[in-house]
Amino acid sequence: MSPRHDTAAPPEKEGGAAPADRIPSSTPAEADVRRRARLSRRWQRDMRWSPYAFVSPFFLLFLAFGLFPLIYTGWASLHAVELTAPTDMDWVGLRNYTRIFDDDFFWNAAKNTLTIGIISTVPQLMMAMGLAHILNYKLRGSTFYRVAMLAPYATSIAAASLVFVLLFGRDYGMINWALNAVGFDNIDWQNDKWPSQIAVSSIIIWRWTGYNALIYLAAMQAIPQDLYESAALDGASRWKQFLHVTLPSLRPTILFTVVVSTIGASQVFGEPLLFDANKGASGGAQHQFQTLGLYLYEQGWVNQHLGRASAIAWTMFLILIVIGIVNYVISRRLRASS
Amino acid sequence: MRARTRTARKVVVLATIASLGTGLLAGCADDGKDSSGSSSEGGGKGKTKITLGLFGTAGFEESGLYKEYEKLHPDIDIQQTVVERNENYYPALVNHLTTNSGLQDIQMVEVGNIAEIVETQATKLLDLSKYGKESDYLDWKWKQATTKDGQTIGVGTDIGPMAICYRTDLFKAAGLPTDREEVGKLWAGSWDKFVDVGKQYQAKAKGTTFLDSPGGLLQAILSSETERFYDSAGEVIYKTNPAVKAAFDLTSQAAEDGLIGNQTQFQPAWDTTIANSKFAAMSCPPWMLGYIKGKSKPEAAGKWDVAQSPVSGNWGGSFLTVPKSGKNTEEAAKLAAWLTAPEQQAKLFGVQGSFPSTPAAYDSTEVTTAKNDMTGAAPIGTIFAEAAKNIPVQTIGPKDQIIQQGLTDNGVVLVTQGKSPEEAWKNAVKTIDNNLEK
Repeated sequence: MSPRHDTAAPPEKEGGAAPADRIPSSTPAEADVRRRARLSRRWQRDMRWSPYAFVSPFFLLFLAFGLFPLIYTGWASLHAVELTAPTDMDWVGLRNYTRIFDDDFFWNAAKNTLTIGIISTVPQLMMAMGLAHILNYKLRGSTFYRVAMLAPYATSIAAASLVFVLLFGRDYGMINWALNAVGFDNIDWQNDKWPSQIAVSSIIIWRWTGYNALIYLAAMQAIPQDLYESAALDGASRWKQFLHVTLPSLRPTILFTVVVSTIGASQVFGEPLLFDANKGASGGAQHQFQTLGLYLYEQGWVNQHLGRASAIAWTMFLILIVIGIVNYVISRRLRASS
Repeated sequence: MRARTRTARKVVVLATIASLGTGLLAGCADDGKDSSGSSSEGGGKGKTKITLGLFGTAGFEESGLYKEYEKLHPDIDIQQTVVERNENYYPALVNHLTTNSGLQDIQMVEVGNIAEIVETQATKLLDLSKYGKESDYLDWKWKQATTKDGQTIGVGTDIGPMAICYRTDLFKAAGLPTDREEVGKLWAGSWDKFVDVGKQYQAKAKGTTFLDSPGGLLQAILSSETERFYDSAGEVIYKTNPAVKAAFDLTSQAAEDGLIGNQTQFQPAWDTTIANSKFAAMSCPPWMLGYIKGKSKPEAAGKWDVAQSPVSGNWGGSFLTVPKSGKNTEEAAKLAAWLTAPEQQAKLFGVQGSFPSTPAAYDSTEVTTAKNDMTGAAPIGTIFAEAAKNIPVQTIGPKDQIIQQGLTDNGVVLVTQGKSPEEAWKNAVKTIDNNLEK
């Protein structure tokens, strides 16, 4: 086997290893030179085009399953289309978008997405940070704890949500049973607005806390030990060390998890869908926990209005872009200030 | 030497890319093949494979009908796929019909969806009027699957003639009669009388309610109306139809008076109320008896009985359709017709409790001697046959299911949660209108 030629420098343009002035001298040499030139050309083509071939699978897949649906959805959002006849498109211009402005259900869903996003993301990241900090100490069986923390993430949303539905049941649920035992009244977890949003958020928190904790843990372990030692020499307590050494060092990681969680929160779908007592997509009898993702699904797949659903999808997409820009600006400010 | 390695590598790379690519394409191709599903290589012995796409507990396999048909036709091999809930089954079916792929040879359609299928997908489905015998089926059942230009795209599997199932022990404890004739007479003729009986019951009931859920009562009342959500011209009239508002108000009133448990049907908590005997009566098509049986504790056996409904109605029932895109449409249509012929429907009732949509089956021994563990000696076959004769011919519309669901899940259920009936109605109407708007 020859050494790795892909890391070697490419040959010179003219004639490769064969000096150009010797070309016309003799016929065998000429053949040799032509052969080398051919190989060289091939080599150059290889160098130029192979990388594209290597990255092409991703881009082909992206074209087929990412870009095309995106554009097609945009096209469909400008039409009145029903799922029963998707080829039957009536041009309606921007009506599907303008209608969103006075669609109470859309804004209700947007509000719910925001509140569920906040009550799930904020406690989740704080708990993850605390967990990571504890796991960062020398612990017996730390691998076990780290694996255990990932277990909820590996569980399917469907299975987890069904268990939570049983736990949060109004009449026969375990949580109400425990509340009764300490003297509280039954809470209607599925039908009252805030309890239902808290219950949905708890599924999300349960599922993602360990995942974020592991990310924080990895970042914590990359912090040089000397920083802690010198802080300890200066008389800083554990808590002060956490505040003044750990947190500043984790800033980029925290930003990353905030961005990822925000995107995740804006797309929440499975948990509220499966949490609904009616097994419909309306997010409770009064839409009290219907998220944008759920509303999109309800319009598109339950009510079969593909055009409207497409417009909702694109609006969500635009909202996400805005969130992305805000995140970018904030993170740049933070970086500049540090 | 170098050149050769390079070429070798290039070959490998190209091969990899190519195989990735063909893998993708093959994936699609496979899909298409599976989906059309009617390849004749099934069985391995040159048998014709017929596939059925069903939902819920259709029961054809459980009652041995496939085996019987395969014995009659040795060259046929029958296979089915079953989706548990119609909510999941139906959108996929619509999707497959509109793209003409992914379809089984025979597809089941629920009565709540048949109008939409008739209206929008009829061109994709085979006309079954040559295969099924129109005179076998109930007239209205046949018409439900018939297009305006006279094509019958589905044959009826079953219907849901409604009666009232009640707990004799709870009725007795509340001082009500327990004999099914007398019970039926208590409320015969109107739903108001039914609710009045409920009030009598509730006055003496301890820890139980008269009915299980607001959705159940609303469903029962509405399914006994001839016109509810659409008029005969196909216009949506649910908001202005006095019958719908009356049904909504009566249900709300009963809920406010505490006659109805605050459950949603077919949910785990509702199942638990059945197991714990928390209510005394429920509207009850034949298939409901099977459900009760599945969710009850053993000691509930024999404590139920079935009385005639105040007004007869129909709840549930399905159709078999044959998509034109199948490879063996002829064989599939014959099978669909056979599965829904009177003799087979009678057998299905005996095993599965799906009530025949073919009146000829009502006199068969399978129907007349049918019993259910829950209802002891009650002759359920004759009771439901009696109910079936009085079912009104109902106008059904394409979006019946969305309207019904909105009235229940976003409407009457709110009353049991302490909202006023006006608020509940407003919430339901707003939801339904938003869902109907294109």
